[in-house]
Amino acid sequence: MLDEIRLYFRYIGISVRSQIQYRGSFLMMSIGHFLITGIEFVGIWILFQRFGNIRGWSLAEVALCYGIVNIAFSISDATTRGFDMFGLMVKSGDFDRLLLRPRSTALQVAGQELTMRRIGRFAQALIVLLWSAHALDVAWSPATIALTGAAALGGACLFCGLFVLQATLAFWTVETLEIVNTVTYGGVETAQFPLSIYRPWLRRFFTGVIPLATVSYFPALAILGRGAGSGVPPALQWGAPLAGVAFLLVALQVWKLGVRHYTSTGS
Amino acid sequence: MTPYWAILSARFRTLLQYRAAAAAGFGTQLFWGLIRVMIFEAFYRSTTSAQPMSYQEVVTYIWLGQALLAMLPWNYDRDVHALVRSGNVAYELLRPLDLYWHWYARAMAWRVAPAVLRALPMFIVAGLFLGLQPPDSWASLGAWIISLLGALLLSAAITTLINISLMWTIAGDGMASLVSTLVVILSGMVVPLPFFPDWAQSILNFLPFRGLVDVPFRLYMGHLPPGDILGLFAHQLAWTLALVAASRHVLRRGTRRLVVQGG
Repeated sequence: MLDEIRLYFRYIGISVRSQIQYRGSFLMMSIGHFLITGIEFVGIWILFQRFGNIRGWSLAEVALCYGIVNIAFSISDATTRGFDMFGLMVKSGDFDRLLLRPRSTALQVAGQELTMRRIGRFAQALIVLLWSAHALDVAWSPATIALTGAAALGGACLFCGLFVLQATLAFWTVETLEIVNTVTYGGVETAQFPLSIYRPWLRRFFTGVIPLATVSYFPALAILGRGAGSGVPPALQWGAPLAGVAFLLVALQVWKLGVRHYTSTGS
Repeated sequence: MTPYWAILSARFRTLLQYRAAAAAGFGTQLFWGLIRVMIFEAFYRSTTSAQPMSYQEVVTYIWLGQALLAMLPWNYDRDVHALVRSGNVAYELLRPLDLYWHWYARAMAWRVAPAVLRALPMFIVAGLFLGLQPPDSWASLGAWIISLLGALLLSAAITTLINISLMWTIAGDGMASLVSTLVVILSGMVVPLPFFPDWAQSILNFLPFRGLVDVPFRLYMGHLPPGDILGLFAHQLAWTLALVAASRHVLRRGTRRLVVQGG
């Protein structure tokens, strides 16, 4: 296990060094990514200017959800690039090479690239989160700060799990299915606002089928002290990030199933 | 005129082949639109103060946006990018065509074809089930069609400018993502422009971007009176011409300093 982790960091180190070679390009792309993901929050700000609140949630409270889910997504987006490109790997038959090596395939695919320019989204989400922490009328304690971090990490695991599942589909379809973007990118869009504002079918989908509500909404209830009337038990508010980890573990099991099913395209 | 028309129609027919991508895009956009509608619904239920648009109008606006998303100049043409990177752009210069209008024709096809593929099913589904209203009147319909034409001319001009910028930033994304950020927010795609703070309105009215989304969509639903079409269309055309002139100038300078490395 330790050996695998060390190997992963070797892989990542190589990837980072190669990206740093194009410094100007890296900077421009990061700034571009910062801006294009940041306008999302400008849009939210404009709406709050007109409407004041959304179902009793203030801008600062929504900003907490926004910050957590976007940090989570940026981490997974940066680490799962290999899975994103996996369809090409199956198509070209390059996956055969990974099978020959005596290390787990998930590790090798994950280690292909750490996409550094995703720091753009990460940075803007962190700024929004820090602003929210400052603007909120909440007494921060070590426990709530830890829960915020855990929510972001749990969310990152969940999104990683989704990307792994999307890639796993390529074992059967040879192409990565774009329709999964609906739940990844659409999931970010959804979870930027508290889940309680949506219609029941969407709420049920993002708690039961894909536990995205765990990412931002349940922990946010605990952090903001809104848990009382929400009907969500405290254990779930505090333990919710674990659901993200569980989701990733299940996804990795499905991945293994896919590997067993793999037949090379032969090209 | 003929060769440019031929380029446009050939490109258009090529792009129409990507039906599977269009189907996947359709599903994503449907889901996206549903989320946006629910967010606005929640906002409207949270306030009693008067808003610049009614909830019904916002719903129509959102579905129009999902139907016509591909029309927006929010990305660059990867083929042009590849031409510049590989040096094959030199062949483009050899052709007995004006490079600007050649690329402009390409850009136009690229903005129209995917939009057509996605717009039709979206109009049907959203119109039947999801609250997309028909145009306010026959006059509004007419004004909408004219302004869509203006929006396309403008969109192709901005797209071409982004493509030309690739001659400088070989890495691509830099200039392109800056422009697309401006386009997406200032055209009214993220949030309809009437919701923007009052102090921003006169700036937004001056800039070219409202001609892409805000103007055609609000004409469609009668939020802008159809009688305004003359002034609005002139605004779209004036910006298109200004962008064409500026881009041609930039392109001339770009080709003068273009160095194609061998190999």
